[in-house]
Amino acid sequence: MTFIAPVKFAIDLLAVLLLALGIKGLSKVRSARDANRLAAIAMILAAFGVLLNSQGTIGISINSWVWIIGGTLIGGLLGALTAKRVPMTAMPEIVALFNGCGGMSSLLVALGVALFPSEEGADGVVGELIRNFSIVVSLFVGAITFSGSIVAMAKLQGWLSTPSWTQSKARHFFNILCAVIALIGGIYLLIDGQNGLFLIVVASSLLGIGVTLPIGGADMPVVISLLNSYSGVAAAAAGFVVGSQLLIVAGAMVGAAGLILTQVMCDGMNRSLVSVLFGGALGTSSVSSGGGGGEYTNITSCSPEECALTLEAAERVVIVPGYGLAVAQAQHTLREVTRVLESADIEVTYAIHPVAGRMPGHMNVLLAEADVPYEQLKEMDVINPEFPATDVVLVLGANDVVNPQAKNDQTSPLYGMPVLDVQEARTVFVVKRGMSAGYSGIKNDLFDLQNTSMVFGDAKKVLGDLLLELKELGVGSKG
Amino acid sequence: MSFFSEALWVLLLGSLLGLELIGKVPPTLHTPLMSGANAISGITMLAALTLIIKSGDNLPLLIIGSISLGFALFNVIGGFLVTDRMLAMFSRKKTRK
Repeated sequence: MTFIAPVKFAIDLLAVLLLALGIKGLSKVRSARDANRLAAIAMILAAFGVLLNSQGTIGISINSWVWIIGGTLIGGLLGALTAKRVPMTAMPEIVALFNGCGGMSSLLVALGVALFPSEEGADGVVGELIRNFSIVVSLFVGAITFSGSIVAMAKLQGWLSTPSWTQSKARHFFNILCAVIALIGGIYLLIDGQNGLFLIVVASSLLGIGVTLPIGGADMPVVISLLNSYSGVAAAAAGFVVGSQLLIVAGAMVGAAGLILTQVMCDGMNRSLVSVLFGGALGTSSVSSGGGGGEYTNITSCSPEECALTLEAAERVVIVPGYGLAVAQAQHTLREVTRVLESADIEVTYAIHPVAGRMPGHMNVLLAEADVPYEQLKEMDVINPEFPATDVVLVLGANDVVNPQAKNDQTSPLYGMPVLDVQEARTVFVVKRGMSAGYSGIKNDLFDLQNTSMVFGDAKKVLGDLLLELKELGVGSKG
Repeated sequence: MSFFSEALWVLLLGSLLGLELIGKVPPTLHTPLMSGANAISGITMLAALTLIIKSGDNLPLLIIGSISLGFALFNVIGGFLVTDRMLAMFSRKKTRK
C-alpha cells in the first residue's frame, strides 16, 4: 500500500491550507462564516487523513475503533449540546470552557505517552531529549490552560469570587513556588522520562489557578484570549510528542494568532499584558491608590417618563450598551424602543466601545441577536467626534467605558483608557440598577455632571417602561 | 533527529504564519475569531487518535486516549458550532438587506 503515504501527505497539506485560509477569513466580516466552515472541513479532513494512514500502515484494531467511536460520540455530543444551549451572554464563559478542554486533551496525550512509552523508541539521545521536553511542555501548558480556563469560567459565571489572599503579596510567593516545583518536575522528567510527571501536572495546575484567580472580571477576556493562545502551544507540543507535523503547524498558528488577538484586546483597554497578569484586579489597586475616590455630590435622578419626554424631542440619539444590558437580557426590548424612535424619524446609533460587554465584539454579537442593523453600530473612533452634535445619550449598563476620569484625572487608575465622550452630548441618561461602582470599582464622574440624569432600575424594566411611555406619547405612531 | 529538525522548521514557519494571518481584525469579530481559533486548537484530537491507534491492547492507554479524544472533540465540535451561531447573526441581516 505505497500510495497511502502520498495521499496522507496531500490531505495534510490541504488541511493546513484550509486552516490557514479559515483563520484568515475569520478576520473579515464578509467571509467569516464560510471561513469557520472551511476550518471545520479542514479538521474533518485531518482526522480522516490520520485514520486512513493508520489503517493502511499499521492497521486499526477493532478495540481501538470502539474507543475512538466512544470518545468521539460522547465528546462530540456534549460539545454540540453545550453549543446549542448556551445563551449568547455566556459566550466568554463557554469559550473558556471549550478552551480548557482542549488543554486537557493535550495534557492527557502527553501523560499517556509518558506513562507508556512506545517500543519504537525515539531516534537517539537527542531525539529522546526533545521528545521528553515536548512532553514537559505539553503537560505544563496543558495543565495551566485547563485549570486557568476553568477558574476563568467559574469567575465569569460568578461561582468564584476573588479571595482576599490572592490580592496580597502572598500570591506571588505561591505562584513562584508552583513554577519552581513544576520546573523541578520538568527537569526530572527530562532526565528519565518518568519521574516528576505528576509533580508537573499538580504544580502547573495550581499555577494556573494561582495566576487566574486574582484577575478581575474586566481583565478576564484578555486572560481567556491568552489561555486560548496557550492551548495552541499545548497542541503544538502534543504534535512533537506524537510526531505529527500537521498538529505542530495548526497549534503554532493558533498560538501565534491568539497572541496577536490578546495584544489587540489589551490595546483596546489600554492595559499592558504584564499588568493584566501580575497587577491583579484593577479594582483593589485603585482603592489603595485612592485616585478618583470620593462621594457623589450632584446626582440627578429621573423617571422613565421624563426620559421619554426628552427622547421624544430629540433628533439624534446615541445608545451606549454595556454588560448590564446583556445581563438583564434587555437587548430585544432596547431594539423595540429604537424601532419606535426610528419610526418618529429620530436618528439612532449605537456607540460600541472596543471592550463593551465582557469581550471585544461580544456586544456586537448580542445586538446582532436582537436584529440591530450592523450599520448602526459605530466604533468608538467614529462616534466620539459626533457626541457634541447629539441630543440624547442613553447609557445602558455601561460604566467604566464612559468615565471622563480616563481623560481628565491623571491620578485615576483608568487614566489613559480610551473612553466614549458621552458627556459632550446635550443630555445623558444613565440607566443603572444602583449607585454601585463599575467593574473597576472607581467612581464615575459622569454621574455628577449637570447634564447627566440617572434612571435607576433594571435595564429591561426601565426600557419596558420607556417603551410604554413613548407609545403613550404617541411617538412614532403619527408618522 | 530528522523528524525533529523538520518539526522545528514547521513550528517556526507555522508561528510566523499565525502572526501574519490576522493583522487587522474589526472588533466585531474578536469574539468569533477567538472562538474559532479555540475550536482549531482542538486539533490535538489528532494526537489523541494516534495515541489510541498505537496503544495496541493497552487498556489504560486506550482509556486515557479516549478521554483525551472526548475532551478534544468537545472543544472542536462545540467551538465550531458556537462560532457558527455567532456569525449566523451577522450574516442574517446582510441577506435581508
